[in-house]
Amino acid sequence: MADKSSTNAYWEANIGIIKVCLVIWALVSFGFGILLRPLLAGIPVGGTDLGFWFAQQGSILVFLALIFFYAWRMNRLDKEYGVEE
Amino acid sequence: MDQFTLNLLFVGASFALYIGIAVWARAGSTSEFYAAGRGVHPVTNGMATAADWMSAASFISMAGLIAFTGYDNSSFLMGWTGGYVLLALLLAPYLRKFGKYTVSEFIGDRFYSQSARMVAVICLIVASTTYVIGQMTGVGVAFGRFLEVPNTTGLLIGACVVFAYAVFGGMKGVTYTQVAQYCVLISAYTIPAVFISLQLTGTPIPPLGLFSTDVASGEPLLVKLNQVITDLGFASYTGHHADTLNMVLFTLSLMIGTAGLPHVIMRFFTVPRVADARWSAGWTLVFIALLYLTAPAVGAMARLNITDMMWPNGTQGEAVAVETINNDPQYNWMLTWQKTGLLDWEDKNNDGKIQYYNDANADMDARAAEGGWVGNELTNFNRDILVLANPEIANLPGWVIGLVAAGGLAAALSTAAGLLLAISSAVSHDLIKGALNPGISEKGELLWARISMAVAIAVATYLGLNPPGFAAQTVALAFGLAAASIFPALMMGIFTKVNNKGAVAGMLAGLLTTLVYIFLHKGWFFIPDTNSFTDADPLFFTIKSTSFGAIGAAINFAVAYFVSKATDPVPAEIQDLVESVRIPKGAGTAAEAH
Repeated sequence: MADKSSTNAYWEANIGIIKVCLVIWALVSFGFGILLRPLLAGIPVGGTDLGFWFAQQGSILVFLALIFFYAWRMNRLDKEYGVEE
Repeated sequence: MDQFTLNLLFVGASFALYIGIAVWARAGSTSEFYAAGRGVHPVTNGMATAADWMSAASFISMAGLIAFTGYDNSSFLMGWTGGYVLLALLLAPYLRKFGKYTVSEFIGDRFYSQSARMVAVICLIVASTTYVIGQMTGVGVAFGRFLEVPNTTGLLIGACVVFAYAVFGGMKGVTYTQVAQYCVLISAYTIPAVFISLQLTGTPIPPLGLFSTDVASGEPLLVKLNQVITDLGFASYTGHHADTLNMVLFTLSLMIGTAGLPHVIMRFFTVPRVADARWSAGWTLVFIALLYLTAPAVGAMARLNITDMMWPNGTQGEAVAVETINNDPQYNWMLTWQKTGLLDWEDKNNDGKIQYYNDANADMDARAAEGGWVGNELTNFNRDILVLANPEIANLPGWVIGLVAAGGLAAALSTAAGLLLAISSAVSHDLIKGALNPGISEKGELLWARISMAVAIAVATYLGLNPPGFAAQTVALAFGLAAASIFPALMMGIFTKVNNKGAVAGMLAGLLTTLVYIFLHKGWFFIPDTNSFTDADPLFFTIKSTSFGAIGAAINFAVAYFVSKATDPVPAEIQDLVESVRIPKGAGTAAEAH
């Protein structure tokens, strides 16, 4: 098993990645999809505006990208710190 | 071949397939019954989880709720997909590393307390039972239509089928069966959508069709839709009319609830490695997104088709004649759905036509007076029928209608079965084996699993006869309960060193406040007319009972934090447990040690 300081660094790196991902997660759904929609009202998308697109389609696509990014990034991080299975 | 026979054929063939697979992969031991061994590939697991997850709420109900509300119901789309991000980042890999079978086992061990485990079991049972009520609503709609009987009869028949189905096999049978169910339900959902998208926009991909041009009018589809429905006095489709605070909290509740639902989390115990748990969440969302990206197109296009059907001469022309509805084969769907009691119309002004408009909108008064209308004559359009009626509304071939019937039943059955499994494992494994009678034999445990399934389905069926809302709304309540109770406990178990007393107090506070808030608005124990408030005029600001889960979760976190601060720190061995859960290394041994 890796030593204590190395596992702490691993955990902190993980928390950092999670924070970035969750900021994007909240931005595309609660942000672009709901609260910031009036700001995006000027950008037309297929008969409506960008906020509507984010609320009904865009956010889902970003969620997918986030999960796959996280899985890829973490599997690499596991190896960097030698904590993979 | 008539439509009824064709439906029977499709439903029969799909059932034969599921049962065949269940027999082939029948669960033998208790560990197989709960967690299917640990040999499931992430893609397979993702597909099965998607089938488990996409219930009557997603398949039958959601597009209908979006169709009649538009943008304001985007919460369902963002909420039920966004929760997977939380699940993948905050829970799945660590719970897999922990390596036990059930959510409450994790809570019991991490919070080194039998009472924490029992409280978790109660939270799971409350959330799952509420969820099953929503499923039974959907099952009633699907069986009612498919057998052409009243909704109540459909519900009772459906309950028997669900029970037989869930008792038949454990998780192992269910995993492979659910892969088959996923294939049936996703093709049943997307094929009619492709047809309809082609008819309306010429685009074969429904999510693109939603944002393209309506061929008939030459305008963008959403512009056309906004125009026809506002002509009839309804709120615009793309506009934001809902209360923003409520919309944000509702979306958040659905997201947190998704990550706190036992039958979904249980799935991530069944992958071979921690890395696979991360990928599995991604694959699950891929398979779910196929439906969730199609749903808004289904909703918008169906709304346009329905409006066109009720106003065949345009919204400024004459409404559809009663005679046309009775005789034109295109309107046959209205007659078949009328039999279920979920769709109805009445020629109130005796002009031989059915005027469908928003009679609550004062702007329509002038036109109504001029035309001699005395109120909306499409008196009942249950939102839950939209998806199942959709292919008939669009006049699609009979085989598509049969396929949709099979898909709707697959969605309702697979989730109901998954939930019944979660409930039965909570009762037999956690409650009885874990606390009341640790020496129980494997056989005794399986017997209790089945008894608890029977009780759960009986309760859900009884309450499903008078459901607290449309299928997706009832299910949303279940998510609120899971959000307020389970998710915070799991998250704090991994990311903080909150102690046993904090966790128990937090879960109880979250569950009870949310449950009481829901009961105050929806009736005590969902019994109709025992409510003191309504969601139209809620107790607390503009927060509806469906949105309270996020508040409940905040209460849970806060109570747990302060109680934990005020009491003893966690023992050293639990600190080590938390440290070990955070690191993937050694997951295989943890699983074998059980």
